[in-house]
Amino acid sequence: MTRVGSDPGHRTATPAALWLPASVGVAFLVLPLAALLARAPWRTLPAHLAGPVVRTALRLSLVSATAATAVSLLLGVPLAWVLARSSFRGKRLLRALVTVPLVLPPVVGGVALLLAFGRRGVIGRLLDSWFGVSLPFSTAAVVLAEAFVAMPFLVIAVEGALHGVDRRYEEAAVVLGASRWEVFRRVTLPLMAPGVAAGAMLCWARALGEFGATITFAGSYPGRTETVPIAAYLALESDVDGAVALSLVLLAVSVLVLVGLRGRWVSGAIG
Amino acid sequence: MRSEIAYSTRDPLEVALRVRRGSFELAAELTVPAGEVLVVVGPNGAGKTTMLRALAGLDRLLAGTVRIGPTILEDVVAGRRVPPERRPVGYVFQDYRLFPHLTALDNVAFGLRVRGQQRAAARAAAAGWLDRVGLAGYAGRKPDTLSGGQAQRVALARALATEPALLLLDEPLAALDVGTRAALRGELRRLVAAYDGRCLVVTHDPLDAMVLADRIAVLETGRVVQVGSPVEVARHPRTGYVAGLVGLNLYRGVGEGGAVRLDGGGELAVGRPTPGPAFVAFPPTAVALYRVLPEGSPRNRWPTTVVDLEPVAGTIRVRLAGPPDVLAEVTPAAVADLGLAPGVAVWASVKAVEITVYPA
Repeated sequence: MTRVGSDPGHRTATPAALWLPASVGVAFLVLPLAALLARAPWRTLPAHLAGPVVRTALRLSLVSATAATAVSLLLGVPLAWVLARSSFRGKRLLRALVTVPLVLPPVVGGVALLLAFGRRGVIGRLLDSWFGVSLPFSTAAVVLAEAFVAMPFLVIAVEGALHGVDRRYEEAAVVLGASRWEVFRRVTLPLMAPGVAAGAMLCWARALGEFGATITFAGSYPGRTETVPIAAYLALESDVDGAVALSLVLLAVSVLVLVGLRGRWVSGAIG
Repeated sequence: MRSEIAYSTRDPLEVALRVRRGSFELAAELTVPAGEVLVVVGPNGAGKTTMLRALAGLDRLLAGTVRIGPTILEDVVAGRRVPPERRPVGYVFQDYRLFPHLTALDNVAFGLRVRGQQRAAARAAAAGWLDRVGLAGYAGRKPDTLSGGQAQRVALARALATEPALLLLDEPLAALDVGTRAALRGELRRLVAAYDGRCLVVTHDPLDAMVLADRIAVLETGRVVQVGSPVEVARHPRTGYVAGLVGLNLYRGVGEGGAVRLDGGGELAVGRPTPGPAFVAFPPTAVALYRVLPEGSPRNRWPTTVVDLEPVAGTIRVRLAGPPDVLAEVTPAAVADLGLAPGVAVWASVKAVEITVYPA
């Protein structure tokens, strides 16, 4: 393959008028992160990270993001299968519906969750009267809010992976006597495993950073619903160094996820 | 629980089917007795793969029946149809389709595992099958580390491991290079001859058909135009395509060491020692002709005399008297260069690697 960029005629073809706004764009994206790193209290960072507030928030964030990813896997993989493989009327509409949280402001998601699962909500009322369960402002609500926002990332990634699975292998499994379930479990799932892993990582990263839906639906109770992003936001008023420390943690996680994905899904599956 | 399809070990496969794929329609009637290898030979696009897919249940019949004795696999009028995963069928795909995430051993064990066998038992049985196809040392290999010939044999072992009543092979040798093909053709003959079910092989290669077949069915544009033993079909070709089957070099002889002493006189060195009565086969295109004895040439060379020449689709087919008598296919330019004409003496030579040898 010849790369377009290796052709000098093309390389010089970028109009000068585009370079300036492009440079400003890069600066705009990079400078705030640079400011964060510059402002970081490197010396006291270990102490901040070891502090009870950060530790509690970090533990809660890790647990809830992982739980949200588990929920998303459990529901999202089958959903992706339905979107990729079955054919029925209204499939396009269904795909549009499940990907709404991708573009929906998270706060709106939080409000919606409250109206559905709140004590007076459509489902929450039933949960309350039948089981005496109240979801809002609990850790379970954090998990729910994160899954609501993050699951579409997983669904889209897994659906892409499913489209990449060679159906001929599934046919070979069928003639060897495999039932539909066995084909899925022994052939389809292993073949799409890299896509599922990438989707789960993306989903986990999104869940870890979730703020709007979580604070709306679950509030900010330390140790129960105060995740790292919420703790960082609240700390800004009282303890800027603490906020910066928490932000650094999230930045580090983001970079790690980006490295883990190696650009595959950021440039490919979404869009 | 899965319901096993009951069938007698002696019942023949009986097929009368119509299948439509787009505007193409296949209509065929075939019977394959247990223990027989029926080779369906025909040009590309004749409907060979369509037939196998229909028998395996991967495509639906438009009309007709597929049954093994009284056991019905599909009957359109009666509305009965056994789904593909419940048919007693082993299928070797042209592209093998070994599962890339499983080792050779687990590929072969797959059919047993999905039938509910324990992992250890399934693997033990699979190891036996790998051994039978000569790949005992390759159990832990992933498909992408296997050569084409090895992958082909793993695919065959995988299909045989479930001990199917019906074995389907789609162009089993088409994906291999010439040398591997010749070596594997004899090996494949040995393996399918040992299989006691009903075996259907499809191929577009006349040599594959001659070597593998107990009986040949010629399929052209969706119709069976001729059925018979390889000798019958070769002697009395009914269509132009079948006529192409005639021009094969096929000898009977007795193998000794790395050579086969031919019944009609002469001896041929072969790539694979096959002691005892054996068949030796190679296509006319594998024969090279020389006016003077070439130096450093293949071991198989012998003096012959040109009997006659016949143009066949852009090449010239040269009949030569030996022993052994042999049929060569050369370009018109070579005919001019060598001055080939009836009565002219030339050396014939065949590389051992292009010769297929298999027990008679």
